[in-house]
Amino acid sequence: MERSFVAKNPSVLVFLAILSLFTLGVTVLSEGFGIGVISTSFVKTLGKTLCLCLIAVAMDLVWGFTGILSLGHFAFFGLGGYMIGMWLMYERTRLIVVESLSQAEIPPTPSEVVDAIGTQIFGVVGSSDFPLIWAFSHSLTLQLILVVLVPGLLALIFGWLAFRSRVTGVYLSILTQAMTLALALYLFQNDSGLRGNNGLSGLQNLPGVTASQDVVSIWFLWASALALGLGYMLAAWVVSGKFGSVIRGIRDNEARVRFLGYSVEVYKLAVFTLTACIAAIAGALYYPQAGIINPEEMAPIASIYLAVWVAIGGRGRLYGAVIGAAFVSLLSTWFTGGQAPDIPLGFYTIKWVDWWQVLLGVSFVLVTLFAPKGIGGLFDLWTNRRAPQRHGAPLGPDDSALREKEATE
Amino acid sequence: MSTLLEVSGVSVTFDGFRAINNLSFQIGEAELRAVIGPNGAGKTAFMDIVTGKTRPDEGRVIWGEKSVSLLRMSEAKIAQAGVGRKFQKPTVFEDQSVRENLLMALKNKRGWLAVLFYRPTNSDLDKVKELAEEIGLKDELDRKSGELSHGQKQWLEIGMLLAQEPRLLLVDEPAAGMTPQEREHTTDLLVQAAKTRAVVVVEHDMEFVRRLNCKVTVLHEGSVLAEGSLDHVTSNQDVIDVYLGR
Repeated sequence: MERSFVAKNPSVLVFLAILSLFTLGVTVLSEGFGIGVISTSFVKTLGKTLCLCLIAVAMDLVWGFTGILSLGHFAFFGLGGYMIGMWLMYERTRLIVVESLSQAEIPPTPSEVVDAIGTQIFGVVGSSDFPLIWAFSHSLTLQLILVVLVPGLLALIFGWLAFRSRVTGVYLSILTQAMTLALALYLFQNDSGLRGNNGLSGLQNLPGVTASQDVVSIWFLWASALALGLGYMLAAWVVSGKFGSVIRGIRDNEARVRFLGYSVEVYKLAVFTLTACIAAIAGALYYPQAGIINPEEMAPIASIYLAVWVAIGGRGRLYGAVIGAAFVSLLSTWFTGGQAPDIPLGFYTIKWVDWWQVLLGVSFVLVTLFAPKGIGGLFDLWTNRRAPQRHGAPLGPDDSALREKEATE
Repeated sequence: MSTLLEVSGVSVTFDGFRAINNLSFQIGEAELRAVIGPNGAGKTAFMDIVTGKTRPDEGRVIWGEKSVSLLRMSEAKIAQAGVGRKFQKPTVFEDQSVRENLLMALKNKRGWLAVLFYRPTNSDLDKVKELAEEIGLKDELDRKSGELSHGQKQWLEIGMLLAQEPRLLLVDEPAAGMTPQEREHTTDLLVQAAKTRAVVVVEHDMEFVRRLNCKVTVLHEGSVLAEGSLDHVTSNQDVIDVYLGR
């Protein structure tokens, strides 16, 4: 028990080492900083994948460890993206407007500049006024705070209402799904103030940065890798101590935890809000790499995919979530990008663009039925660890001594 | 001896069925009490009310020397106030080691921030070791509790209860599924625990109750039918009619 955090969790060190090697490798092979084997667009795909891994870690924390099957975490992810997108779009448009107005004979007044920016940004939804929610969009610092604050507050209020009423299980899942759907539908409206279904675009262009996308993509890869590393460590630390014991207890038997004197609702709320903030940070790093965000991203299906990644990767272990998200989302890019070869059957040709989702669905069902521990469970075979035999006779003292070593993760 | 828990005039109805009917019950600071009664007499419902799981329709539940009402408190708050409960089925956290189970139960701050930054102190670990010794699980501390035998799980749960250092222990059928030796050990543990706190044992098994050698409360149809020593209540005609006679 006196050993350090890392010594108790060697998997964290292994994970961080692999992540650093990966980042270094991609940098060396990239067009911006290396020998140019990996295209910039693929670097962006990898960077985005790291962000998806980060939200998968959050999902594992809330679902795999605490047992709350949230089908709404992509709403927080999207909100994080919108918050950073507002500043990116405002600032870039401002630079363009100032540049073009500087040609004018009479220098523009500040209000003229703001009006011109408004026309540029909101012309597409037939408006030119800044809605109230853009009040802080001129300040990067404030918008960065909002990245965490807005989704965090939403999660706090939503979670407080839901957990206080003791909504659990599938009902809670439906409720979270309703939340993300409602948010998406609201944002689809033109007068929501976030450009309706057009969303925010041009986010890949960092205002005031002249470096090419080749270089910027690597910056974001590093930032995403750093965020994933920190997020992973935070999550590993949270689940390592007594807090981890309590939330796993909540997952397995909520009522028992209550009778031990822990107020389950507060713990659930803390985990829900924390993971919402992690998801938001992941989103804020994802969308500048994607370049565009629109309400479609918050559709419930995205959050369901998230649950599928974590299930396939292996719930209840953090590296499982990362592996699942990376594996499934990269595979999905490969299949839907038309790179997978078609399979001609003579009478019918299987085109993976159409059939990929069927394959994903079938593998989800198979994993749930036959390998509930997911891909992460394969590591148990590798390290020769087996699940404890729950209902059998107790093992002899010698056997148990062996297990003691094995059970230390 | 001052009263620790006073339940008076409590009634509760489930879907028109009166599970508890004008029940009154008292227990002192350091007292062992057995509660017996046929199935459906309201034994578990009584525990649910005291622990806050069920809200009664009427009546009062008064706790401690400050005479606070438990009726407005959440389950967690009641547990923090010092009411510990052991369920009929052993409910330990099977996915976690015996040590983790005991550490979770150990009396400490229960707030989420305090728990997040909590690291076990040496005195905590010593307490866990002592408890494990008491419940005969000293060598099993690092094993997943799901691997334990049924009887060992029962003890682990009793150990978790003791770790909470409750002032009132509610124990539901502790001897169910235990071997005779295990029963004896359990009896000793309960009698020992009752020297420093109040213990209420709900039990079907008369032999077990006899060995506890304490005051007995007989419940029937949601209210108290008789109260006194085991010999006293077993000679009561009402008790014989509804319970023992069958």
